[in-house]
Amino acid sequence: MAITKKDVEYIAHLSRLNISDNEKDEYASQLSKILEHINRLNKLNTDNIEPTYYAVDTKNVLRKDIEEKSIEKEKVFKSAPSIEKNGFKVPKII
Amino acid sequence: MEIFSMTIKELHKNLIDKKISPVEILDIFYKRIEIVEPKVKSFILQTKELAYEMAKKAQERILKNENVTELTGIPLAIKDNMCLEGVQTTCAAKMLEGYLPPYTATVLKKLEDAGAVFIGKTNMDEYAFGSSTENSGFFTTKNPWDLERVPGGSSGGSAACVAADMCAGALGSDTGGSIKQPAALCGITGLKPTYGRVSRYGLIAFASSLDQIGPMTKTAEDNAILLKYIAGVDPKDSTSVPYDVIDYEKNLNKDIKGMKIGVPKEYFIEGIQEEVKESVMNAIKFFESKGAKIVNISLPHTEYAIDVYYIIATAEASSNLGRFDGVQYGLRDNDADNIIDMYKLSRQKGFGKETKRRIMLGTYVLSSGYYDAYYKKAQKVRTLIKNDFASAFESVDVIMTPTSPTTAFKIGEKTSDPLTMYLSDIFTIAPNLAGLPGISIPCGFDKNNLPVGLQIIGKPFKEEELLNMAFVYQKETDWHTKKPKL
Repeated sequence: MAITKKDVEYIAHLSRLNISDNEKDEYASQLSKILEHINRLNKLNTDNIEPTYYAVDTKNVLRKDIEEKSIEKEKVFKSAPSIEKNGFKVPKII
Repeated sequence: MEIFSMTIKELHKNLIDKKISPVEILDIFYKRIEIVEPKVKSFILQTKELAYEMAKKAQERILKNENVTELTGIPLAIKDNMCLEGVQTTCAAKMLEGYLPPYTATVLKKLEDAGAVFIGKTNMDEYAFGSSTENSGFFTTKNPWDLERVPGGSSGGSAACVAADMCAGALGSDTGGSIKQPAALCGITGLKPTYGRVSRYGLIAFASSLDQIGPMTKTAEDNAILLKYIAGVDPKDSTSVPYDVIDYEKNLNKDIKGMKIGVPKEYFIEGIQEEVKESVMNAIKFFESKGAKIVNISLPHTEYAIDVYYIIATAEASSNLGRFDGVQYGLRDNDADNIIDMYKLSRQKGFGKETKRRIMLGTYVLSSGYYDAYYKKAQKVRTLIKNDFASAFESVDVIMTPTSPTTAFKIGEKTSDPLTMYLSDIFTIAPNLAGLPGISIPCGFDKNNLPVGLQIIGKPFKEEELLNMAFVYQKETDWHTKKPKL
């Protein structure tokens, strides 16, 4: 199935990516080609096959609820682009 | 023998015999780096200050003979997707330039506790998306065997660094072949442990159901040593498995008589380089001469592995990379006046082309209306691939294949078509989807004097069998001792 320029715009929006007009055409053709390859999977009948999410079986891993010191905020703020008081500062949301 | 060419084992012997000190070793390696690094370009960051601090501590331990391990005073290089507190960790992404992690990855904490010395953070494909380091946000690492060729990837910086003797050993990470493929292309020994064998805490996530950290070294023996120190369950990684860690080194040199080696016909298909096929078959014959039995097997779903991989890995990546939004860390675009535009512009500027391509593919296969057709379908075929291996392992102990279909390719040769690049991982992807351990060891050279890698795939948590096979091979062959001229 071919990916159109419009599809790319929609996927880019879902991915929160800004992409240039040139890139849209390039991605449309590359993604189409990759999806064409991937579509080979439809040759296989998987009706009664269970999906594998993790290769090694793991069940819920629980631990005791013990209080522990968390990472100091000064260390976390060191790499923050913008902070104010005790929080990360971002542009207007609403 | 030059100090920088020594194995971890040999360096350790010299250290405990007090023939050389950790600081002297470090001086020698940084001198080597000064000469070789401008050609090879392995490092994103040389952590000199930290390394000397660590070497001095190691020196004290050795002098006092306290807590001396086989890694005390050994200079190691670390792939730049493992967090080290207060030391720039970038994943080779512009997005993370200048990022100082507030905590240290469990593997690095373990190595630090053992007294190892971190010599630098190595180059990779951005977020580990690639097979050549050409997708690095900063520069391309060169293959020490031919500076016009790629070192493989994504752990290409670590592989080149070991091959060029700029460190005694290194850590890489492997999702679809990112340790094994560069190990093959650079002529070193690289192990991808069983999924869950090594903690992923502090490893910047690419595909969480596949990622695994592993050792990249000059010999199988060094690999066994390094694995011993990084393996084990970690309360901070709920996918790490509480399976006993054995002394992998003590397990080496076991008789392989009667071991059954599976040779899958799907891995010796048309299109693989003739010399690769030949070298791998010769290696298999070596094991036969040592009393192993060769069994022809079939892994019928092999051809679908690459499709399954590029659905699952990109889906998981698109989700994992959601965290790079310019809010808490990383690059932020300051021109936007609302938050959605800030996300979009920050991610446009911070991500490279391949990263964007993978995020979009992953988002697409997870999007409403396509989830069942792609993502769920891929998870089901993953079961078929896993079952292929499970039934093969009912009749064989290990499986042997080429690591990569070709030797190192030229820089730029595959960058225009992502699909041909993806195919260079065709032999490492299937075992990774099944979570299996695999090792790549040098087993020959092609006519351009480029190394060929043999992949040995094992049963879950049977790393010791792979390391033993590799050790037995290296005891009587010298491919792994060959050095590139630099």
